[in-house]
Order: sequence, then structure tokens, then C-alpha cells
Amino acid sequence: MAYSDKVLDHYENPRNVGSLDKNDPQVGTGMVGAPACGDVMKLMIKVNDDGIIEDAKFKTYGCGSAIASSSLVTEWLKGRTIEEAYAIKNSEIAEELALPPVKIHCSVLAEDAIKAAVADIKAKQAAKDNA
Amino acid sequence: MSASIELPVLKHRDDAHPLYLDYSATTPVDPRVAAKMIPYLTENFGNPASRSHPYGWTAEEAVENAREEVAKLVGADPREIVWTSGATESNNLAIKGAAHFYAATKGKHIITIATEHKAVIDPVRELERQGFEATFLIPEPNGLVDIEKFKAAIRPDTVLASVMFVNNEIGVIQDIEAIGHICRANNVIFHVDAAQATGKVQINLEKLPVDLMSLSAHKTYGPKGIGALYVRRKPRVRIEAQIHGGGHERGMRSGTLATHQIAGMGEAFRIAREEMDTENERIRRLRDRLLQGLLEIEEVYVNGELEHRVPHNLNISFNYVEGESLIMAVKGIAVSSGSACTSASLEPSYVLRALGRSDELAHSSIRFSIGRFTTEADVDYTIELMKSKIGKLRELSPLWEMFQDGIDISKVQWAAH
Amino acid sequence: MNDTYLDHNATTALDRRVLDVMLPWLLEQAGNPTSRHTFGRTARNAIEHARTQVAEACGAHASQVIFTASGTESNNFAIKGISANLTHKRVLLSTIEHPCVARPAATLQAQGFAIERIDVDYNGKLNKAQLKTQLKKPAGLISVMLANNETGGIQDIAQIGELVKQAGALMHTDAVQGLGKLPLHFNSLNVHAMTISSHKVHGPQGAAALILDKRVDIQPLLHGGGQEKGLRSGTENIAAIVGFGMACELAMTNLAHFSSHTAALRDRLEQGLMQLNATRTSITIFGKTTARLPNTSFFAVDGIEGETLVMALDRAGFAVASGSACSSDSTEPSHVLLAMGVSEDLARGAIRVSFGTNNTLQQVDDFLATLTQEISRLKQLTSIAA
Repeated sequence: MAYSDKVLDHYENPRNVGSLDKNDPQVGTGMVGAPACGDVMKLMIKVNDDGIIEDAKFKTYGCGSAIASSSLVTEWLKGRTIEEAYAIKNSEIAEELALPPVKIHCSVLAEDAIKAAVADIKAKQAAKDNA
Repeated sequence: MSASIELPVLKHRDDAHPLYLDYSATTPVDPRVAAKMIPYLTENFGNPASRSHPYGWTAEEAVENAREEVAKLVGADPREIVWTSGATESNNLAIKGAAHFYAATKGKHIITIATEHKAVIDPVRELERQGFEATFLIPEPNGLVDIEKFKAAIRPDTVLASVMFVNNEIGVIQDIEAIGHICRANNVIFHVDAAQATGKVQINLEKLPVDLMSLSAHKTYGPKGIGALYVRRKPRVRIEAQIHGGGHERGMRSGTLATHQIAGMGEAFRIAREEMDTENERIRRLRDRLLQGLLEIEEVYVNGELEHRVPHNLNISFNYVEGESLIMAVKGIAVSSGSACTSASLEPSYVLRALGRSDELAHSSIRFSIGRFTTEADVDYTIELMKSKIGKLRELSPLWEMFQDGIDISKVQWAAH
Repeated sequence: MNDTYLDHNATTALDRRVLDVMLPWLLEQAGNPTSRHTFGRTARNAIEHARTQVAEACGAHASQVIFTASGTESNNFAIKGISANLTHKRVLLSTIEHPCVARPAATLQAQGFAIERIDVDYNGKLNKAQLKTQLKKPAGLISVMLANNETGGIQDIAQIGELVKQAGALMHTDAVQGLGKLPLHFNSLNVHAMTISSHKVHGPQGAAALILDKRVDIQPLLHGGGQEKGLRSGTENIAAIVGFGMACELAMTNLAHFSSHTAALRDRLEQGLMQLNATRTSITIFGKTTARLPNTSFFAVDGIEGETLVMALDRAGFAVASGSACSSDSTEPSHVLLAMGVSEDLARGAIRVSFGTNNTLQQVDDFLATLTQEISRLKQLTSIAA
């Protein structure tokens, strides 16, 4: 499998590996994929009161492209609003990393992880507003 | 002594030139074998079927000497050895050749094992398309065939059984003698794929109740493109030829013989016969050292049982690490992985799946296969590499994190994907 | 051995330059081309390079090249593999095919196939009028060899292929003797499958190919690991394949020289034979007036067994053949000559001389001198016996 230099760079030096405090009301968590499918991505974002993503962390069980896709999105997410984050398309990720066709699903998974994390933070906010 | 022969190409220089630990995929040609082959590529180039001039005679003599060496390693008569282009052809010839020859008198049922090499499974599948019935026995979780289950699978119309001597992925050694006796008692032709066995286990076909045995040169430090099929003479076993033509190999296999390759196989098998005892002992020490080192890593699982196993093979699953990223991580060593992702789909090793391993563990398996040119330093390098890379990947793995938090991953509801 | 080798249609000596590209694969390189690591990928790349070299030598596209272990295997693969998926279970072969075409075809009879022969004339040329008549009934596969191993006679494969194509059947040609001796253009021969082999062009034994039109639905002969796009399983014989590739490249470069040089040798030989003929020995040269391979001369000396003469020449240092190497075990007269209508007695006297680029005019003269001597010696022996 020929990987692009960008995939290799993210794979060798993954950015923002780790976890945030999942009980923090400002932290949203997205966990997507399944072990049997060969990829599990966990993405955590910390969103401030202005709706801006201050921090993002990931852990990924998966191939080099999956690791690179999640590492890349953590870089992209910081400083964006959750609306902007929600608008990120898998095609942008695939293009940036020059993913081969058989690895497009890795970028889809990364997009799903963002959407899941955003949904989680919105749910937390809604619960807080309702409280 | 063989261990003193250095082959620099097999050593780790950088990640573009990794350490070779894939001896079960293929072995490098032993330099002594290459030396034996080269004269037949240059001055002695005759066609062994040319009976009218010395070019042909010299070639024929080399072919017959090699036939004797191959026969000796497995305790056979040279007249029982038929040259082929490799174990795949031997398996095809044995399985299709015997099934076709005996179908009319014995029946059309075949027994084989789910963990056989594709070169056995696929010919059997082909026979199924032609109207044969096949039973693919599932081995026990340790990789070995349960003799009672084998016995129970035999039917009155069973014509042929095919069981591999040594498994290519997990290295387990089947009880060929016991299975052979059952076949004899039930009048079933018994074929054994011994491609992974020669030079690793003692084979004596004078005593072993086997009718047909596939042999390969390139798994035993010989060249690629040459193999043999043992066809028993007493009691005589018949096969239908699969390649027809000039009637070479007593009509069982036509086609011009590649003299240099045959000579190479003969030399490789001679060396194997003379050196296997000491070599196996040395390799076992290396394998045990590798195993001890790798067992220091948490959550590792040895695939296949260790007692009935060739010393050359160690197949280990690293839990909570994904297979493909694992292969990317261990670029410093050339090994095989349980996840053959040839195309878009990830296909876990069917051998490990047959042993009941989960897809995840099958994916995260690595087959380390050690051979004639492996050294202790190579093993130590491998252990250190695996420790550091597994650690790094687990740092990245959400599953490892969950495992450490005490979460049972098998109970987690995963979103459909 | 300082003998003069005049049996190039049986097998050829490995070219030193071929050996040079093979040696690393025997001495240094490990790696199974199926493996995904560096060793495997290096091996894979070497095979793909060889595939391109082979394709270029026979006017094919690399993707049409399927590597096998021998010409025999390629022919078996073509005949059995194509027949397995035919609607019309009728296979036509020329009467002069090599056993590795004729015998696999014969096995098809057990599966309900009709196997029919297409005759050749006294020069070994296929009877096209007969073929046209035969093609009026639906046929599945036609196999006609491009150049005969014994006589060297060349068929008009493109024309024959055109007839077959118009009849809606498939066409295979055994071109083992054509490669390196004639320009070969698979894509303009009107055939669907073509057999070529390495050891006839100074490549190693153990490698050959079937060139296949990808639209043809073919059944593999060997099932297993799925190498060669599933059409030919078995670990690739890298050293031999790499050597085959190089041998093809060299054969292409050498083609014009091969043709003019061996034709000159052959003409000198046959002039000599004609001179002998003019004296008191009756010599027949088979297929002399038809298109032949430039390097091949097939002749018989009346009243002398070919086998006896071959042995005598061998003792005198000249390696020639009495027929094809495969059948030289048997004392049956050449089936090719019998098919051409040559009498059994004359056919028994047949000797094949096949030249290579390294043979010289001096060797031809020496050969003629020895031949003349041996003929008169053997004639004396037989006359004493009589």
C-alpha cells in the first residue's frame, strides 16, 4: 500500500493524541466504528462558551489512514466553531491526505467522529439548558 | 556450519532494507545450492529428454542424482518422485489426479482440513464444481485435527483425504501417521502437503502410511519453480496426469524439466537431510528466545499450540492493535501478517478464524518465521522493535484505553459501520 | 564440452547476459512476490518488468502475458482451459501438432468433445480448403502451430486465424519455435492465445508464457494462491521469469542477425547436402520449398536410420536430433513426416539440424565433412551386413 507523505507524517508523528475529561460539561466525545470492522475512532473536543473549539484530542484503533485522518481533524478543529466543525466534509480530509480509493472510508469515519462529538456537546448543552 | 554463512541482504540496514523473518513464505537460496545450480545454467545446458547427445545425458544424470537426494530426505524410492513446477502443481496433480482416477471405483467424497493451504483448498473446490463432495474439517482451537473427528468424517464413498503436514501460518504438525492408518484401514487415498515440513520434521515414507506427498524446493533453501510429488509404488497409487505432452516423468507430468532447478532442489534436500538435526536445535533456541521476549508484552496470544509445532514458526496476536497499522509499524522486519488486505476489503486470516480467533485478534497477528540465516542479534532486535512499536500503537488505541479502564470491549454496543 | 551444438530447436544455451540478471535472484534476493514487505515488492517489480519485456518481444500487451512453467504447461492450459468454457464441443488441430497440444486435446474426448484433424500437404502446409469446409460446422477451438519444431515449416497463422474468427471460433497457436526466430505480433495474428517458451531463446528452462486475449474465458489448470490474476497459481519462479524477460529482449535485438546468419548457415548446409545427393547418396530435404524457420534443416539419408546416424555424429562431436527431443526416446518415425505423407522408411532416416547465432560456417563445413564420412562408413556396414 503506497501512502502519501502526509499520511506517513501523521502516522509517524500523530498530533493531539490523548483524552480530555469526559465528565467536563464543555467536552464532547465522539466514538465511531467497531473493532470488528478494523477501525474505532474516539474524538474529544473542548468547546468554550462562545462555541469555539479550544482543544481536540483523539485515539484511533485502525490503519495508517485512519490514524492520519483523525490526527488531521484534531488540527483542523482547533479554533473553529462547532458549526464550522460540523460542516467539514470527508472529501476535504481525503483530498488533503491524498487517500487512495480503498481508504476513503477512513475519512468518512473521521467526519462521523466530528459529527458525533458535536452532537454530544450539543446534547450536554441542551441538558444543561433544560436543567 | 550453516549458521556461519552470512547473507547480508537478509539483515536490517534501514527500514527500506528490513530484517528477513519470513522463511515460511520463501527461503533464500542457500549459496551452496546456487553453486550447484549455476553449472547447469552455463556449460551443461542440455535438455534431459535429448537422448542422442551428451548435452542431454549430463542433464539426465543431474536430474536422477537430484531425484535420489529428494527421495532420501523423505525415505522414498527415487522412482516414487515426480518432478513438478512447485507444491501448488504437486497439490493440484495429487488431488485432482487421484480423485479423477479413483472416483469411479471408490466414490466422490473428499476430506480435507479448513486450515489447508489455498493450493489444496482451491483444487478441492474445483472438484466440488465437478460434482465431488468435500468435507472441510475444522481443527481444534490449538490447530490440530481431532483424530476421532477425522475418523467420523469418513464415508463409504470417501475417495481421498488431504491433510497438510505442517501448517504454513501457525507451524503446527498434524499426526500424519495416525491419520494415515485410518485412511489405510478405510481404503482412502491419503495425500499430504509437506511443503512446510521438509527439513523441519523427520519424514520416513517407508513407514509413514501416506500415498501422495507434495514437496517444494523454495521453502527448504532451494530455488522457486521446482517441486515434486511423491507417488507410492507399494501399494501402487495411480493418478491421472494433469499436464499431457511428451510423456516425461513416466507420463505423470509432461514438460521440459528445468535441470538447474532440479539440481538445486536435490542439493537443498541433501543439505536439509544432513543438517536438519543441528539446525532445528539452533532455531528452536532462537524461537524460544523470541517467544520469551514477546511474552513480556501484555495481552499477547500465541496462535496454535507450541508442543506439536516446528521450531521455525511463531504466530502471535497483539490485542488492541489494528493489523495494518501494526504492519506499518514493524517496517524494520519482513514478516507476514494475519490480515491480507489485498483489496478494499480487510480479510482476516482464514486459518486463524478456523481456530476460533476473533477477527480483531486474527487481524493483529504476526507470523515470525525463523530460518537458517537468523541470528540471536536478529531476535533481540525484533523483541525490542515489537516492544516499542506495540507500546506506541496502544498509546493511540481507544480500545487499549478501555481495556485498562476495565471495560469489557465485547460487551460494548458498537455503532453499525 | 567442445562439441558443436546443432540442436537449438530442442533447447538453447543460456545467454551470459541472461545469467547475469538471474544470479541476484538465486544468490542474494529472498522474497515471495506475494509478500507485502520490501522483499516481496522487489520480487513483484522484477516480474512485472519481465512481463513487459516478454510482451514487447511478441507484439502483445503486458497484461496479456500469463507466466507458466513450460511450453507444455501453456499448451495444456490453452487447450484444456479454453475448452472448459466452450459452447461448441468441437476442437480442430493440425496433424503436425506437438504432443503437448495433441495429448491434452485427446483427453477432452472423455468429456464429450469431438477432436478433428486438419491435414497438411507434402510440405507441411495446413490444408486451408479443408479447414474452411470443417469450419462450416460450428467449432469451439482451433489450434495450429506457428512453426514446426521438426521441419521448421511456418503456417500462415494470420490467415488461418482470420478464417477461424469469421467462423466465430477461438484460435490458439503454439509459437514456441517462432519466438526469437521470426517477428511475432500477437495482436495482428488473429489468434486468441499463443504459447511461447524461454529455453528456446537462450533463456532458462522453467519459464514460459501463454499470451491471452483477455476476452477469452479460460479455466485455470492450477488452482491455489491466485497468482497471475488467478489464472496460474503457484509461487512465481522469479529467477527464471526475470531470465525469460531478458532473453526476450535480447532475442528482439538479435532477430535480424539471427535470421540472416542462420539462414546463411542453413543454405550452406543444404548446398552441401545437394552436392552429396548429386553423387551416390540420396538425400531428401523436407519442406525445402515452403516458408521455413531460417535455422532449421530436416533431411533424411535414404537407407540409413536417423537414430544410428545421430549417434555416429554425436561420437564425432556434433549434437543433432533425429526428431523432437520429447519423442527421441521412442524409435517411432516422426509423426510430422508421416502426416506430410512421407514414407515410413524415409521418415526413419530423418535428422534435424537447427542452428543458433553462435554456430559458424566453419562448423557447417566440418559437419558436412563428418556427415559424408559417416554416411559412407554406415553404408559399408550395412552392405557388409547385407
